[in-house]
Amino acid sequence: MSKVDVQNLTASEVRAGIAAGEFSAVEVADAALARIDALDAGVHAFNQVTPDLAIAAAEKIDALVRGRAGEADLPPLAGVPAAFKDNMNLIGTHTTCSSRILESYVSPYDCTAVARLISAGVLPLGKLNMDEFAFGSSGETSAWGGAKNPWDLERVPGGSSAGSAAAVAAGMATVTLGSDTGGSIRQPGSLTGTVALKPTYGRVSRYGCVAFASSLDQIGPFSRTVEDNATVLQAICGKDQLDATSADRVPEDFVAAARNADAAGLRVAIVRDLLDMEGVTAEVRDSVLAAAKRFEAMGATVGEVDLPTSQHGLSAYYIVGPAEASSNLARFDGIRYGHRSEDARDTIELYMKSRAEGFGPEAKRRIMLGTYALSAGYYDAYYGQAQKARTLIATEFTDAFKDYDVLLTPTSPQVAWRFGEKSDPLTMYLSDIYTIPINLAGNCAINVPCGFGEGGMPIGLQIIGDYFAESTVFRAAAALERDLALDMRSPLVRGS
Amino acid sequence: MSLSEHDVRHVAMLARLALTDSEVEAMRDDLNCILGHIDEIQQLDLASVAPMAHAIAVTNVTRDDVIVPPFSQDVAIANAPQAENGAFVIPAITAGGEDE
Repeated sequence: MSKVDVQNLTASEVRAGIAAGEFSAVEVADAALARIDALDAGVHAFNQVTPDLAIAAAEKIDALVRGRAGEADLPPLAGVPAAFKDNMNLIGTHTTCSSRILESYVSPYDCTAVARLISAGVLPLGKLNMDEFAFGSSGETSAWGGAKNPWDLERVPGGSSAGSAAAVAAGMATVTLGSDTGGSIRQPGSLTGTVALKPTYGRVSRYGCVAFASSLDQIGPFSRTVEDNATVLQAICGKDQLDATSADRVPEDFVAAARNADAAGLRVAIVRDLLDMEGVTAEVRDSVLAAAKRFEAMGATVGEVDLPTSQHGLSAYYIVGPAEASSNLARFDGIRYGHRSEDARDTIELYMKSRAEGFGPEAKRRIMLGTYALSAGYYDAYYGQAQKARTLIATEFTDAFKDYDVLLTPTSPQVAWRFGEKSDPLTMYLSDIYTIPINLAGNCAINVPCGFGEGGMPIGLQIIGDYFAESTVFRAAAALERDLALDMRSPLVRGS
Repeated sequence: MSLSEHDVRHVAMLARLALTDSEVEAMRDDLNCILGHIDEIQQLDLASVAPMAHAIAVTNVTRDDVIVPPFSQDVAIANAPQAENGAFVIPAITAGGEDE
């Protein structure tokens, strides 16, 4: 076995070990690639592995160390094994979105968040499996077959950032990037026992991430610890000229906020009406209430709020999301890139057949739903109504944050379920009821593990913050992480 | 609101998706099930609420007017399923095509 125990090291431990000469970055890369070789046939987190990129990045770090760079001189994520959801472009790699329509697409440019993470010193291990075009909550809509949950390979890892969650939970990557349109980072984070952040809309540039719903999409990190998550956000956040909606903010020290980890004086609220909704399991509900008790014990004040309009979030989301997706996916025409039908006689037929052959069933469903919601005569009743509901949901959050610093809900109403268990689309959609309102309002939220449920599967707490309140969210999440001190190593990590 | 088979075929044409007959039927059932749930949004009294298009208000975002190297023609067409003489190839645009 490799001398680097990569699956048990945090990002800062990897960097410190390289700086101290305990191991080289190339040895870290070799250890991570060896784990992928050994485990990924069973987990299927990766769509593509990029050993050449990982080794080349590692050699650069080792050259810095040989040039007598001390720990302070190394980039913030030097030598840290990382991987990216397969909807993020990286020059020379395939970017398939786990869809046949992009099967042979090769990225001619870099996604800003990916480029920034690579500049911060990570070792790029490859591209990660996902629900097709991020349409799904289990990973199962991937055209290449779904990723599996490292806690139980018979169960789904959640979605849509299925591989991003599974790679971290299996100890194949230390940090990964996912994208979150309605819960696609936080929900798989919950189902795999990983720390997973959806930053505030605009915090991270969306440039180079294949668009699903442009007013909701946001890139964010997966990690095993809150501090690693903060380190990644620090590296990828900030204004980007290539994304006009990226926010220009005064720099903040997220890592310091995560290290602070002190909940004393924090004003915390349980979202009572969402917690009492139908469909949430008793073990998840109890686990969230127990976490609130821990906050109280740590010196936080704990109250309760209701967010009645957020209960309508699912409906608003399944109008806004598909409407914007149907428009964004209109670019797949079989002409400029992507799959092209062989037997089209004219241009209209080329569009219709290329798209029919290239998109899977859930992508077609979302495109149809969105096209219908935007079609003549229905726009006001659906898209217009949903946009107004967004205003109410955002106002509810803003009002709640006048009295509280963070709000608590479950991340997912239940622990990870078995493959094929949710076969009709609506049942699958309902698994995102807790995460969707935050995308509609645009504020930030994190998943942090808070216990275990049926079958020993992880339960996740969603800690919701105000716009650009990531520092507060990291502080609360880190305090709970330290207080609970759960052993979040999946069986695939313990067994090795 | 409930979709008929004719509605589904019309929307599929708008969406430029060639659906088989069995796909049309399954799609009608799925969409009606989903719409049956999301129609509850009509219950909200939103008459006096302003619509929200975006989470963060931004206006007139411009960048510095500096020329940066663009994609070369080769890079731009590298992913084209069919290209010729540096151009994308498409079928004839004047023949056929049904538009209801």
